[in-house]
Amino acid sequence: MKRSVILAILAAGAVLAAVPSAGLPAFYESFLYLLFHWIVLAVSWNILSGYTGYFSFGHGAFFGAGIYGTAFLAGKMDWPFLATLPATMFVAALLGVALGAVVFRVASIRGEIFALLTLAVTFILATVILNTRIDGGPGIYLISMEIPKLGRTQSASIYAMGLLAAVTTLLVAYLIYASKFGTGLFAIHDDEDVAEVMGVPTYRYKLYALAVSCALAGLAGGIHASFVSYVTVSETFSILVPLSVVLMSILGGSRHWFGPAVGAVAITSLLYYATSGDYAVAGRASVGFILVAVILFMPEGVLGLYSQWRRRRNAPAATEGGTAHAPAVPVPSAAARVVRRPAGPPLLQVEGLSKAFKGVQALNDVTFDVRANEILGLIGPNGSGKSTFINVVSGHYKPTAGRIRFDGRRLEGLDAHRFAQAGISRTYQIPRPFAHMTVLENVATAGMFGGNGSGRAAATEAAREFVEFAGLGHRAHVRPDDLNLHQRKFLELARALAARPKLLLLDEVLSGLTPGEINEAIAMVRRIREGGTTIVFVEHVMRAVMALTDRIVVLNHGRLIAEGDPAAVMDDEQVKVAYLGKSHA
Amino acid sequence: MAIPSLNLLLQSILSGIFIGGMYAMTGLGLGLAWGLLRQINLAHFGFVFLSAYLCYQMSTVGGIDPLLTVFVLPPAFFCVGVAMQWVLSRFRISAFNSLLVTFGVTVMIESGIQYVWTADFRKMQSVYAEEKFVVGGLFVPLPEFLTLAVAVALSFAIWAAMRFTDLGKAMRAMAEDAPIAAAFGINERGLSLALSGICVALASVAGICFALTFTLTPTQIFSWVGVVFAVVMLGGLGSALGPLVSGIVIGVSEAVAMALFAPSWAPIVSFSLLILMLLFRPGKA
Repeated sequence: MKRSVILAILAAGAVLAAVPSAGLPAFYESFLYLLFHWIVLAVSWNILSGYTGYFSFGHGAFFGAGIYGTAFLAGKMDWPFLATLPATMFVAALLGVALGAVVFRVASIRGEIFALLTLAVTFILATVILNTRIDGGPGIYLISMEIPKLGRTQSASIYAMGLLAAVTTLLVAYLIYASKFGTGLFAIHDDEDVAEVMGVPTYRYKLYALAVSCALAGLAGGIHASFVSYVTVSETFSILVPLSVVLMSILGGSRHWFGPAVGAVAITSLLYYATSGDYAVAGRASVGFILVAVILFMPEGVLGLYSQWRRRRNAPAATEGGTAHAPAVPVPSAAARVVRRPAGPPLLQVEGLSKAFKGVQALNDVTFDVRANEILGLIGPNGSGKSTFINVVSGHYKPTAGRIRFDGRRLEGLDAHRFAQAGISRTYQIPRPFAHMTVLENVATAGMFGGNGSGRAAATEAAREFVEFAGLGHRAHVRPDDLNLHQRKFLELARALAARPKLLLLDEVLSGLTPGEINEAIAMVRRIREGGTTIVFVEHVMRAVMALTDRIVVLNHGRLIAEGDPAAVMDDEQVKVAYLGKSHA
Repeated sequence: MAIPSLNLLLQSILSGIFIGGMYAMTGLGLGLAWGLLRQINLAHFGFVFLSAYLCYQMSTVGGIDPLLTVFVLPPAFFCVGVAMQWVLSRFRISAFNSLLVTFGVTVMIESGIQYVWTADFRKMQSVYAEEKFVVGGLFVPLPEFLTLAVAVALSFAIWAAMRFTDLGKAMRAMAEDAPIAAAFGINERGLSLALSGICVALASVAGICFALTFTLTPTQIFSWVGVVFAVVMLGGLGSALGPLVSGIVIGVSEAVAMALFAPSWAPIVSFSLLILMLLFRPGKA
């Protein structure tokens, strides 16, 4: 978080607060008010939708809840105007949380399905308001509503409220953007499953973000009621509200906290200019044209382009600093190999673990222990259940039956982020980095949410070490897209380590690497264990398995068929049959 | 809630079936493009209205029988659809972004319509407009009947084509897995251009039906979006017969809700169905 940004927002607010006393023509006040209004709507929309990628078309519903909350309470129930604002913010947030509590439970509701669903909610809310006492059909007149005197004239008071709301919204958006919470939201945007497995409480975070976003939209609505002074359902719940908000955010750049504000200013100015100059139709047409052009030619928006330009400018300087593959941590000598450890106490105990997918029994009654500080090899032919095992023990899949006891705690049935917080972390066979974060940010995110978690600054500091350890120091500030496969694999490893796990699940980290790179990786895995981490090592490269593991567990068709000392297990008749088939001799 | 007479109830069910035909006609091309091309074409509604206005213009000013515009408008809109798909695939637009791009296109179409024809209401005066006949005590207006007949005929024709012709099979294969289909020698590029063309041509047919039946005004474009999306999702994306069934189901349930409660409650029906559908059968969507 930069204090300068917060000061800049406050300073801009202070300067703008002086505008009404400057004696400008009154239409400046109403024009600037409209800017503030759309800034609040677009920036608040972005807190859920831009940050997490859950594009909502339902922002109109929460805005509408705000406008009708105030209209009903002030216009029909004779509440004082100021008292309606907290009430409407609360109602809007409550609506959002109620919606989110259902919708965010269903994993398949993402992308366009989420967008449509929220749009449908908007129309339902509109129908209910239209047909009940809240509106009843004719709309609500608010001419007689008393607006608190925050300025010399009524329009100056509305201006002041709009400004206050805009400043508040920008501050909230920036504070979230620059916090651990914000990092979690961006992780959800890039890969929600990975974020959850890494320790981000995705469900809760999405709900919080939605609540904040809705409350601010409700505030914008409440204030807007005083501006329009006549409220109708068809105007309030028009599809143009959510779509304008989406357009503004995309134009400005929806991954940046300030992007939607840029878009809001641009679009509102354009429309205002066109309407006042009698080119309303042309103005609308050009808004449509801008949307098409932006998505085709700059889908990351104005500020997206700006950040890209900044990354480019910084990148070459960073490249010269680091040397390729020079691990800072001393490599244990090759002579130290094949030291079998005395068995420690069990760290992970799985008992009767089963997982079925619509009749396919991927894991079938598997029971074994992983002991503290050992490297356990988990092997088996393709489709034997190794990856399912990793997915169950990292919490991604819930087991159909069986128990998972880790470090003295029962974990089965808990959400995946609880597994990560307990001290389990994993890598993916096909690397799944967060695509819109740099290498360093990827690693820092894992540090923030895994294990006991740490603050954003501390995690970023620690992440440098892990990036260095994985030999990626010279690539710390590029995005994963610019890495080759080998580097992405090591990024996976650095990210898993940054969580400081007690148990590390390595899912085929060596596949696709060259023999030289495999040697490098073997040395690295050893060093990780030297650091006190227990490792479950899923691998097809038998040379590495034999060199690294203390014990081996063999799965076949989801069942455990052998367990024990590597050499003895490889000699086991059942294991040979599983890999090579029955001998006919 | 007042219980309406049986005759009134039957008449509303009938009008529900007819409005369902319009929903189906509008949703047919939209659902096919969504399911088979991963193209969420919001501009579909823009094309429907543009076609309706053009039909209005040709028949009111040009004096052509509105039904004859079928030979001009759908082929022209076919070309528009081809061009649109070419742009979308050229820029590798994702499903979600196609929704946003086509929204931009819709706003441009709406502004264009407003510029040319103004925001006034327009109603086509044709020989068909006031034609109706009586069957068993129920009024059947001719334009609505024509719309339903066209929707049924086209839905079944497309269903049969998808099911029984090689081209239809190729399209289904392409929708399932485009790269594999291409590896089996299916011209994926050509097919998707053609399919997009067909879908927009269907929008144009829907527009002609629309002009025959309804009063036109540009802002109406967006009021059809919600309910037709509901029809398309309920019917199943990429299905030819689905929108027909779900369109009629939604049309009838809206009409019954209107007859039993107030007309303004009607949207609750389709949108609740849509939400339940998305929550409990999202795999289908």
